[in-house]
Amino acid sequence: MSAHGNGSAGHQVGSPKLFLTVWIVLALVTAIEVYFGYVQLQPALMLTLLVVLSVFKAGLIVAYYMHLRYERFSVTLLLIPSTIFCIMMMVLFFFHDSQRILLLGTQNGLK
Amino acid sequence: MHETTKEAPLGGLWSGGVAPLGTSSKKLGMWLFIVSDTLTFSAILLAYSYLRLANPDWPRPFAFYPAIIKSTGMTLVLLASSLTMVFAVAAAHRNDRKTAAKWLWATALGGAIFVVLHMTEWIEMFHEGYTPWSSPEGVPLFGATFFGITGLHMLHVTLGVLYLAFIAVGFGRGKFTADDVEVSGLYWHFVDLVWMFVFPMIYLMSIHLR
Repeated sequence: MSAHGNGSAGHQVGSPKLFLTVWIVLALVTAIEVYFGYVQLQPALMLTLLVVLSVFKAGLIVAYYMHLRYERFSVTLLLIPSTIFCIMMMVLFFFHDSQRILLLGTQNGLK
Repeated sequence: MHETTKEAPLGGLWSGGVAPLGTSSKKLGMWLFIVSDTLTFSAILLAYSYLRLANPDWPRPFAFYPAIIKSTGMTLVLLASSLTMVFAVAAAHRNDRKTAAKWLWATALGGAIFVVLHMTEWIEMFHEGYTPWSSPEGVPLFGATFFGITGLHMLHVTLGVLYLAFIAVGFGRGKFTADDVEVSGLYWHFVDLVWMFVFPMIYLMSIHLR
């Protein structure tokens, strides 16, 4: 067992061809997003589509450019589920409360 | 190497020390910073999304040409700088210090071009009457979210350019290890990743209606 472990020393991190392929996919998805902007969809639908595509792009960047695919799986388990959990909690509580404020405001306006 | 009764050998999955989870502690530290920064950006982008959808009169100041074409160009510059960063990390792992430093400088240059383009865009918007506290349409929240979110991102890019320049100089002179280059790469890719959300959510959601 070496002192350096399996961490940074000499792990395979993909080929230039793979990185170029990822780059082209990222650029193509960006082009699709700009096309959505050009044709102008209804705002809520558009925002949903854009966020889904952006999450896909973020996944590619994290997996290949940030090498998470080549780390131990335990690193992914440490980082990704906790991040998703925190964002989900934000969505649940934030939107619920902001909706409540909006409804209260409407009721006051009706009085 | 130095096995004591209290410490487990280094490199084990749960042994901690300099390589927790088989990752260098610097790299894991950067990852944990990135997670916390992700939550910062998530919070402001969620708040923005709510305001954007709750307000039917949200300003749409960006014409498809030139504003959106320009910001698409900025996106491609940042995306290209991520690719040069990947090559810098690969060269650093081959211990090719000269090539790695060259790619690092190319990455920093991409970041600098991005900041310059972004600043010219900000100045144009100031001239059109958009400030962080007002807009010609009378929706000050547009300015607050636009300048707040893009400003926080631009701060990250600016600090990233300085960070990369520091690593490029040091690594070129034989100072840092390949791991340090990889850690700076993690930060840079994260800055790129955040823009992948800011560009569609802010710009493409505010395109001028024909």
